[in-house]
Order: sequence, then C-alpha cells, then structure tokens
Amino acid sequence: MIRFENVGLRYGMGPEILRDISFQIPPSSFQFLSGPSGAGKTTLLRLLFMSLKPTRGLINIFGKDRSRISPRDLPMMRRRIGVVFQDFRLLDHMTTYENVALPLRVRGREESSYRADVSELLKWVGLGERMHVLPPILSGGEKQRAAIARALIEQPEILLADEPTGNVDPPLARRLLRLFIELNRLGTAVVIATHDLGLMEQVDARRMILSNGRLDIYD
Amino acid sequence: MIEMPAEVSAQAPAAREAPQERAQRRTAPIVPAGNVAGRALILVIAIMTFLSCLTLGAVSLVRDTASVWQNQIAREATIQIKPSDGLDMEAALADAAAIAGNFPGVKAVRIVDREATARLLEPWLGSGLNIDELPVPRLVVVTIDQSSPPDFPALRAALAGKIQGLSLDDHRTWVDRLVTMARTTVMLGIAVLVLMLSATVLTVVFATRGAMAGNGHIIEVLHFVGAEAKFIATEFRRHFLLIGMKGAAAGGAAAIVVFVTFSFWSARNLATPQADQATALFGNFAIGATGYAGVALIVLVIGALTAATSHFTVVAYLNDLEFRQPDG
Repeated sequence: MIRFENVGLRYGMGPEILRDISFQIPPSSFQFLSGPSGAGKTTLLRLLFMSLKPTRGLINIFGKDRSRISPRDLPMMRRRIGVVFQDFRLLDHMTTYENVALPLRVRGREESSYRADVSELLKWVGLGERMHVLPPILSGGEKQRAAIARALIEQPEILLADEPTGNVDPPLARRLLRLFIELNRLGTAVVIATHDLGLMEQVDARRMILSNGRLDIYD
Repeated sequence: MIEMPAEVSAQAPAAREAPQERAQRRTAPIVPAGNVAGRALILVIAIMTFLSCLTLGAVSLVRDTASVWQNQIAREATIQIKPSDGLDMEAALADAAAIAGNFPGVKAVRIVDREATARLLEPWLGSGLNIDELPVPRLVVVTIDQSSPPDFPALRAALAGKIQGLSLDDHRTWVDRLVTMARTTVMLGIAVLVLMLSATVLTVVFATRGAMAGNGHIIEVLHFVGAEAKFIATEFRRHFLLIGMKGAAAGGAAAIVVFVTFSFWSARNLATPQADQATALFGNFAIGATGYAGVALIVLVIGALTAATSHFTVVAYLNDLEFRQPDG
C-alpha cells in the first residue's frame, strides 16, 4: 500500500534528518513508530501523509509515485488516509459532531446523507453524549477520541496517529488502543507514532524504531 | 459502517436522540461568523468607504459646479456703448439690440435700462443717482444659442460699422480662465480621489490579511481533511465578501446620509445670506445620480476587493502548506 525506498530528508542545506529509510506498510497491518523525542517521527508521518516531499529516494503511495502526484490530485489521495494530530486540531467553533462530519462536508455531501453514520461513529468512540458540545468543553481524552473519529469517518485505508495517547491517563490510553485494534481488525492499516513503551508492550505488533535518522524494523 | 463495540453501547439512548437535536440546530459555518478581527475589519472598511465616498461626492460637486459656472458665463455676451458727444444713447442701444437680435446664433437681447444700470452702480456711487448726469456706458445683454453660437468677429464688425464707441465682450477671457480653473480643480479632485481609493485598497487588503491570519488553523484543518483548494478558497471568499459588503454598505450609507443632510440644509436655507454664498460657490450641494452611482460602485468594489484578498491569501497559505520544506 505504501512503500519507502532509500528515502532521505534534510532541512535546506542542513544534515539529513531521515536517512535511507526503507519500509512497506501492507494493507490491514498494524505498526508502532517509535523513537526518542526529536528522532523524526512526526516528520516521517508527514511524509506518509504527503504534506512533505522527500529530498531523495522513492515513495510509492497507493501505487503512485509521490513525486508525480500533482497538487490537484493530493486532496483525493489524502482522503484515503486518516490522520490524528498530536494537538487534535479540532475547530473550536464547531461541535464534536460538526468536527467529525467535516471531512464529509468538505466533499459537498448533504448532511442528511451522513448524519446517522457520524452519530454511530461518535457512539462507537464513546462520545454519543458529547455530540453537541464544543471542543473547549471536552476533556483531553474526549478531544483525542473526537480527533480519531474525524480521521475514521471516511473509513480510510490507513490511519496515522501521532502520539494518540500522549495526553491521556493509562486507562484511557488502553481504551484508545483497543479502538485502534478494533479498527485494524475491520481492515484499516494503522501506524501509531508513540514513545510510550507501556502502550507498545500491550500489543504484539511490528515496531519501527527511528534513531539518529535511521529506521530499524522489528517484526 | 464500522460495527459498534459492546463497551460503548451503554451510551446509546442519549445518542439516539442526537440526530433529531441536530436537525433543529443550524450547522456552524466553516469560517466562524464573528470574531474581534472580523468586527474590526468591518469597522475599518466602513470608515475607509465613508471617506472615499465623501471624496467622490466632493469631486462630483466641484465638477458639476465648475461646469455650471462655465455654462452660465458662456451663455451670454455683452454689448457696451460708451457715451460720446452727439450720440443718441437710446437710439444706439435700440440699433445695437436690433442688429444683434437678428444675428444668427443669438437667442435674445435685453437692454439694461437706466434703473438697472443705476442699481449696478449703487454700491460705488450710492442711491438716487441720475444716470444722465454721468458718462456711464450702457449695456445690452445678448443671450447666445449655446448649441450654435454666433460668429463673434462678424457680429462685432456688423455692430461697429453702425454704432460708434461700441464694444462686444463675449466673455472669452473669463470663460477660458474659468475653464482652466475648473479643469485644474477637477484634476486635483480626481488626484485626491485616486489617493484616497489607493489608501482604501491598501488598508482593506492589509486589514483583510490581518483578519485572515487568525484563520490559519482552519485552512490547515480543511487542507488535512482532504478539502480541495477551490472549496477552501470559496468558503473564505464568501465569508469575507459578506464582511466587505457589510462594512462598505455601512460606510456608503453614512456618506449618503451626509450628502442628503447637506442637500436638505441647503434647500431649507435657500434664502439666507450664508446659503446664498454657499450656493453661489457650490450649487445646491446635491451630488446627483452619478455621485450616488459612484458610491454604489465604491461599495461593490470594496466588497469584491475584500473577497479577492481573502481568496489570494488562502491560495498563498495553501501553496505554502503544500510546498514548504520541513520545519521540524
């Protein structure tokens, strides 16, 4: 589904932040992306989400060469990828429901066509009663789940989550992890960037460890 | 759709009612309707539109007034007959009026009679003046057909051949001076208007960009949930067009209120000395249909300008998001 071959990335004329990164993300796979702070986890996620271009190497996403995807085609490609940002990025003037429905709304779909789906998904992530609440009133965990729901609403082929348990307590972290496992069971590939070892020990999944710009993979 | 796990099913009753609640609530706009930056932008646009419209009104007033001055003076010429020994002034005046009156391009002639001549001299020589005791020149006012004015040299020659001590003043010197002054005044007015409109354009552009700066996170979120650039730009353009039109309409309406108030004041005080002075200079303080059309045009242009600025800011922001290199 996604393939990186000898990918490198540098800032301007500075040293390479990522060096010779090669890996594949098969459909319906589950993997953790880990490494110390500043190792480049977020940068690698941004490469996966096509919000950055590599300075060298080949990235193939959904069968297309990243360097040949035009800006016009990027939105359609991104719709196949769900992203959960570390800082949630919910819009404060919209309710939880409206935030989760946003990806469908920007595609021009009528609300009546997705109302039931959004409500069902919100119940699935445990926000059924917080549907019409504005984000500033939500707790950190609730915001995280709303962000996850927004990433899932279009049933993406792959979900990228950047430190999804970074702002929640261990019980909620376990619950969110179960959510990701359930999602994976239903066929979505999942990449979770985290440096929470406790979280990774709960699941027997592939681990991609970034260190000094290089990637080691432990299947 | 994804199957619901058992662990969250307990929340179902409250959630089941949610869709009905939603139906009653209007969906929030993608760009939030009102914030401090938006209100400040409306105010800035209103003030700049008001000032631009006032400038436009003033230029329109000066242009109309200059045109009136020019037309009023060009409409008439004056025959002056100086008294001399043996000249029958009344007969000379009648002859001059007859010759001029029959000349092509002359609509009417009017002899300024003794009483009127005395009144003309009253400010200098006082009242009760006997005009026959003084060698006072007499005048014949010739009203000209402005669409086909007479051949002044021919008229002058025809008059001079019959009557001694006669001169014809076609006010050409005055008209030329007034035309020059009027054109200069209008050009200055237009220069001021251009400066004012330029200042308005720049202020609106920078104020819109300032208001847009607070919406960067919305553009980013829309971008990352897969919205096309066209969709994002349309949402912002619509929002800022509304802001621009609100501000510009308020400023334009305030300017029209000022024009109407001045026009009303001018009409109400028509007979007073102050109003006579003002009317003599500026006409009746009405900016006319062209002026109001200009105000409407300024309002539309400023609204469109605000929308266009937001559009280009969004496009630039998206290009920056798409092409910027890693920042950490």
